[in-house]
Parts: sequence; C-alpha cells; structure tokens
Amino acid sequence: MRVLLTAVLLSLASLGTAQQTLLNSSYDIARELFAAINPKFQEHWKAETGEDVTIKQSHAGSSKQARAILQGLKADVVTFNQVTDVNVLHDLGNLIPADWNQRLPNNSSPYYSTTAFLVRKGNPKNIQGWADLARDNVDVVFPNPKTSGNGRYTYLAAWMSAVERFDGDEEKVKDYMARFLSNVSVFDSGGRAATVTFAEREIGDVLISFESEVNNIRKEYGTGDYEVVVPKTSVLAEFPVTVVDKVVDEKGTRKVATAYLDYLYSEEIQRLLASFNYRVHNEKVVEETADRFPPVKLLKVEDYFGSWEKVTDQHFASGGILDKLQAQARSLR
Amino acid sequence: MTALLRTRHSVLPGFTLSFSLSVLFICLVILLPLSGLAVHVSGMGWDTYWNVITDPRSIASFKVTVLSAAGASVINAIVGLLLAWVITRYRFPGRRLMEALVDLPFALPTAVAGLTLAALFADNGWLGQWFSLAGIQVSYTWVGIMIAMSFTSLPFVVRAVQPVLEDLTPDLEEAAATLGASPLASFRKVILAQVMPALLTGTGLAFTRSLGEYGGVIFIAGNLPYETEIVSLLVNIRLEEYDFAAASALASIILLASLVLLFGIQGLQARLVKRWHGL
Amino acid sequence: MPRYAHQWLLIAAAFATVILMLVLPLLLILHQAFAHGLAPVMEALTSNDMGHAIRLTVVVALITVPVNLVFGILLAWCVTRFEFRGRKLLTTLIDIPFAMSPVVAGLCYLVVYGSQGLLGGWLADIDVQLMFALPGMVMVTIFVSCPYVARVLIPLMQSQGPEEEEAAVLMGASGWQVFWYVTLPKIRWALLYGVILTNARAVGEFGAVSVVSGLIRGETLTLPLLIQMLHEDYNTVGAFTAAGLLAAMALVTLLLKTVLEWRQRV
Repeated sequence: MRVLLTAVLLSLASLGTAQQTLLNSSYDIARELFAAINPKFQEHWKAETGEDVTIKQSHAGSSKQARAILQGLKADVVTFNQVTDVNVLHDLGNLIPADWNQRLPNNSSPYYSTTAFLVRKGNPKNIQGWADLARDNVDVVFPNPKTSGNGRYTYLAAWMSAVERFDGDEEKVKDYMARFLSNVSVFDSGGRAATVTFAEREIGDVLISFESEVNNIRKEYGTGDYEVVVPKTSVLAEFPVTVVDKVVDEKGTRKVATAYLDYLYSEEIQRLLASFNYRVHNEKVVEETADRFPPVKLLKVEDYFGSWEKVTDQHFASGGILDKLQAQARSLR
Repeated sequence: MTALLRTRHSVLPGFTLSFSLSVLFICLVILLPLSGLAVHVSGMGWDTYWNVITDPRSIASFKVTVLSAAGASVINAIVGLLLAWVITRYRFPGRRLMEALVDLPFALPTAVAGLTLAALFADNGWLGQWFSLAGIQVSYTWVGIMIAMSFTSLPFVVRAVQPVLEDLTPDLEEAAATLGASPLASFRKVILAQVMPALLTGTGLAFTRSLGEYGGVIFIAGNLPYETEIVSLLVNIRLEEYDFAAASALASIILLASLVLLFGIQGLQARLVKRWHGL
Repeated sequence: MPRYAHQWLLIAAAFATVILMLVLPLLLILHQAFAHGLAPVMEALTSNDMGHAIRLTVVVALITVPVNLVFGILLAWCVTRFEFRGRKLLTTLIDIPFAMSPVVAGLCYLVVYGSQGLLGGWLADIDVQLMFALPGMVMVTIFVSCPYVARVLIPLMQSQGPEEEEAAVLMGASGWQVFWYVTLPKIRWALLYGVILTNARAVGEFGAVSVVSGLIRGETLTLPLLIQMLHEDYNTVGAFTAAGLLAAMALVTLLLKTVLEWRQRV
C-alpha cells in the first residue's frame, strides 16, 4: 500500500517537469517585461549552445514569492524588486550564500528604477511632489507595504523625502507620514492590483508605483487620460537577481540559469529594459535614452536607515513604525 | 477490532471496509492538515497568541468580517424568505427558471463572482453608477463586502425555508383569513412562527459561510487596514509576511467560530426535528 | 395563477431581486468578454495559457471527483447501514470543509506538506514535491469538495432504510451484487447530483488553490487563478472570457441539477 502510494505520488510529482526548464520567480508588475525577454534568451541560448530551454514565469508580490520558494517552490532564478526578499532566501532557508549580491555587477541589479506618480488628465489636484500627497483633499493609491516591495519603496521614498524637507525632525516626519497614510483609499496586495484599482475602477487621484509601471500604464490605458509626474527627489529602487543555488544544483540547471541572468546585462536586453522605462547601467543605452528619464535625486535606503535589515525590523515588522502610523492615520480619517 | 464499535448487528456486509476507508480518508484529508494548524498554533505560546488576536488591526478585521457577514445574513433572510415564498406559493411563468437560478451562487466559482461584482459595482459600473449618483460608494467599502457575501450565501436561506413552506398546508392561513385576520397578520402569526426555525438555520449557515468567504470578497473589498480588511485577507497578508504563527492564530479563530456555529446549528436542527416528530 | 395585486407585487419583487443579483452579473460577463467583438475572444480562447489552464482544471476535476465519489459512497454506506459508536462524530467531521475558510484550508496543507512543514521536510528529502505542483492542488481540491457526495447520499439512504439490501443478502447475494443491483439503482440520481456539485466546486475553487499553487504560468494556473492573472494583466477580455467559460459551466450545472431534481420528484 505504501509503496503504491509513494509510486503514485512520485509519478504525479514528476508530471510537468521536463528537462532544461527554468522557473523565473518574479515580482508582480514584471509580467510584460519577462514575456519580452524570455524569447530573446531562448534564441540566444540556442545560438550559443544548440540547446532548447523553456522558461516559466511566476508573478506575485515579491515577499509572497520568497515565501513560496522557502516552502518548496522550485524557482531556478529570482528577479525581485527588493533586496530583503532575496535576503530571506539565505536567512530563513539557506538556499543561497550570504554574499549573493556580490556575484553580479551593480549589487546584482541589472536595472533600477524609482518611484513616480500617475495622475489624472490635467493633474486636477496639482500634485508635484511628496509633500502634496499629505494634503487633505488628495486620495492616494499604492500597494500594501507589508506585502509588496513596490509599496515598501513608496513608503520609504515618502519617509526619506520628508527627512530631507524637515531636516531630519522625526516628529514632523511621522506627522507627515500619518497624514500621507490617512489619504490612502485602497491598499492592494500587489502593484498590479493597485494599477487596476486606479485605472479601471477610477479610484484615487494619484497612483504611486515604479516609474516603469506608471509609464507603461499610460501606454496601456491611453496617453490622453493620465499624466506622469516624476518627483524631484525619490528612492533608488534596485531590482536584485540571483540564481537559487539549492534549486539549480538539484535540477542541474546552474549553467543556463547563470547565463540567463548574465544576459540581462547585455546591451540588447538593456535596451529592451529601457524601452520598458527601466533605468539601466549600460552607458551606450543610457546616452541613447537620456531624454526619456528626467533627472531625479535618488535617495539610497542604506544612507537613511543604515541597512535593509534595520528598515525591516523597525518599520515593517509587526508592531513596528508602519503599524503605529497606520493606527494614527486611522484616527485622522 | 471494528466489531467492538458496533452496537447492533446487521446482516449487511462491508462494515469493516467502508468504516476503515472512511476513517482513513477523514484522518488523512481532514484531520491531519487540521492538526498541522493546531500544532503550529500551540507552538507559539499563549501570550503571543493573545497578542496576535488582540492586535487592533486583527480586532478591526474581526469587526469588519462579523458585521458585514451579519448584514449579509439579514439581507439574505429577507430576500431568501421572499424568494422561497414566491417560488413555493405562486405559479407563474418563469418560476422554474427562478428556482434554478437561485442556486447560481453555489455553482458559480467565487472568483468569477468577485470579479463580476467588482465590475458591476465600481463607480463606473452598471449598478455602481446609480449608487454613486446617490452618494453611496459600494466598491472598496464594507457595503461592497456585504453585497459580495450576500451573493455567495444567498441559496442557504432559500433552500432551508423552501421545504418547510412546501409542507405547510394552506389550511391554517385560510382559517386565519376566515376569522378576519389581515393577510399580513396571518403571515406574521401563522407562517413566520412555523418558518422561523428553518429561517434561523438557513441564516446561520449563510453567516458561517460569509465568515470564511475569500474569493468573492477580495476583488471588491478595498483591503484597507482597519476599514475593509476581512480576516481571510489578513490571514493571507500575514502569510505573505512570513508570519505563519500569526496567520495560523487568526485562522484558528475563524475556524473555531465556524465550527461552534456549525455544531450549534446542527444541535438546533436535531432539537427541532425531535419536536417535529414528537408532535 | 395569483389572484391579488399584492401577490403580483411579491412576484415582481422576487423577479427584480433575481435579475439584479443573479442575471445582471451573468450579462456583465458576456458584455465584457465581447466588448471588442468575437476576434479577441477567440484569440484569448486559443492562447497557450488558457489552453493549459483549461486542461489543468479538467485534470484536477478528473482526479478529485472519482476520489470523492468513492469516499462519499463508502461513508454513506457506513453511517446509514450500520449502527456503531462514533457515527454522529463521523457525519459531523465531514462537514468541516464546509465550515472552513478555503484560504485556511490551503494554509493547513502548506503547514503540513510545505518544505518547512511537518511532513514536508521528510518529503523533500525523498524528492517528492506536493505543494506548488499538481498534487498539492488536487489535495486541497479534494479537501474542499469532499462533503458533497456524502451530504447528498446520507439523508436519502437513511430514509430508504436497509431492508431491501438485507433481503438480498439473505437470498444469497454477495456484497458487490447487493451494491450494484440493489443500492445503486436507488441512489443513482442522487449520486449524479453529488457528482455535479463536487465537480462545480472542484472546477471553481480559488482560495485554497491559490495558497498552494505557486502561480506558475502554463503550469499551475487553473481557470479561476488565470482569471485573476489576466485581470491584472490589463487583459479584461481574457479575464472575462475565462470567467465566461466558468459561468457556462455553472449554468450547465444548474440545468443538470434542475433536471435531476425533477426526475427525483417524479
């Protein structure tokens, strides 16, 4: 009986796992991006080695993705939007080495972005920068910082810009943050759900998301209905990538997985990334596309908070500063 | 060994087979995963458990869930009674269709229901625009949650009340009418009194179902902490924060409430059935 | 036919309710799916992801329904044909999946079978992956849909009583013959009814499956999960096309159910 059961389980488990398949576990709003990159890599790999490779995609909030990997989702590579979510793969599961971000150039981030605003046509509420988002008459939509890397960047960008404005006066910063959070009308769990809320359900005056996403939304939903506002100061959002060592060693896919990530740094893909409104490192591409990326003073999370670990402990943990601000924001509504 | 359990002998075969396989199935499919949750919760200690479930955000989500479910149950009790009454009492064209459609919420996947209701009640949706003209926002408020819950649990009341109404002979009503009672009074005194137990059972089941509803609600709820965050969603959020203990703790509360309600309803039903036969 | 005005008023109110609450959502699905004509719908239907989601959903249902069918018959046979200690307990336990939030159900399975779970570590060592793959999705679907067949059969078999089966046994029929020639003909319509309900739930499950699926495109997305994905991909037509498929399934379910109920009454 047990032998039979094991046999059935094994045969079921082996269904659908063909050879040379990569699973890329990625953040929520990267769907179109990797749908464009993957066919190019398949061609590239075929030309290089003569082998076929299938690439599967999984998209959700990057914290949720990290949890799934810890619980056994066999992702060969992760392409996240947040350093912390990659770190937990080491801290809680020992699936990757501690120095994973030294393995590829630019802290293992092939591209970067910042947080920007999407407002309705004509910018009726005249939103220009972070300070405007705390005004009484503004309704804000962005994803939940607890579940979404995108949302965390928004929260941190608002905080850091407030630190700049108020010269580090923490009371004023917290007061601003509470008023900002009290203006949030919907907290979706991922970036894409927030987009749908703003664009299809027509909720809120401003959507805060990655610069890449707000530009893509304008493209998707018609350029006439929305305007993009890039604030003068914002956060540097890195998009870390790594192979998941434990998985690739088990599946024997290390070579192709590594090649896949290296390929993200190639000029061709960097140009493709730029066309999706991500900022890239390749100098030639940077020059070509300079007019599409307005200059922004990019604030680094590490400079203001010390490290990502500290941010997580102090701000995002249960009972942390975010929870306290939420409770305060509630009393302001 | 199974023979020990039997209290009366039957000539029929298959007790050992059907009993042991049923028990095995229930253990593997239902009890093992449940005990997994129990182990997880018991490992966290009473203090942590208490902190998780009395966290203001958790309390707020309990409130939102229970109040919306209660609102949905009230709507369902009224609408369900109306539908059951019309279906059993009157003969009119389209009755069959109406009776079949009542079960739609059970047959329609909750994700479809959620997606559709969200689009229907959005400020620019077919129904939402009328509500927003009246100054009521449905999507992303507790009203939306309530509507989604009442949609997914509508059939419970109808299906509970319908058989009782079918069994009620019109004699009593006619007697009441001949004695000069108005239709409304005869309805209240004669029919409602008899239907009440079934109505309560159906409403209770609808309430239980609403407490745990997820797919139907998340599309239309605003997911705003303290305001429109239901418990099932908070469980999911805690999961996404790697906080398994908190997720399990919250889950255990909902589970406990549902089980207590379920057993309560069954007890009530058993008592009613007894009384019915005792008469 | 109703005689009085207030009766017609009640009927009108009932119709209004049914149209607003039940018919309008169905129309909206069609309207949204065909908002840009037939071509995008066909395109959505023939896309790889949709094809895979349909196949996966069918596979999950094809495994779930027979398992729960057999279990439902066994349990119903056991609790209606024999008297034993703990009979009440068995019939109560089987209701748990009804009372439980599907998300919580998914979480329970994850806690036990996930690679950091109670059994999951051991399973990972022998290289068996249940969660984030087909087996896990089937397991939670079996869980959420297991009460239906038993719930339909138990009251029916209870009311029928064991006399006919006992007579058959006394005349020398084997257990299998009793079931096949005596019991089955009496319960076949109810059984079919149970299967239809089980199938509808198995095909449409969202909450529990979303916890254990891993959301891998073209691999672990069932139709309900695909709806959410497409919806968030700005692909409204695709989402509502998938929703339309499931709604069509729901309508067929209702139709079969009505036919069966009618048969049972006759």
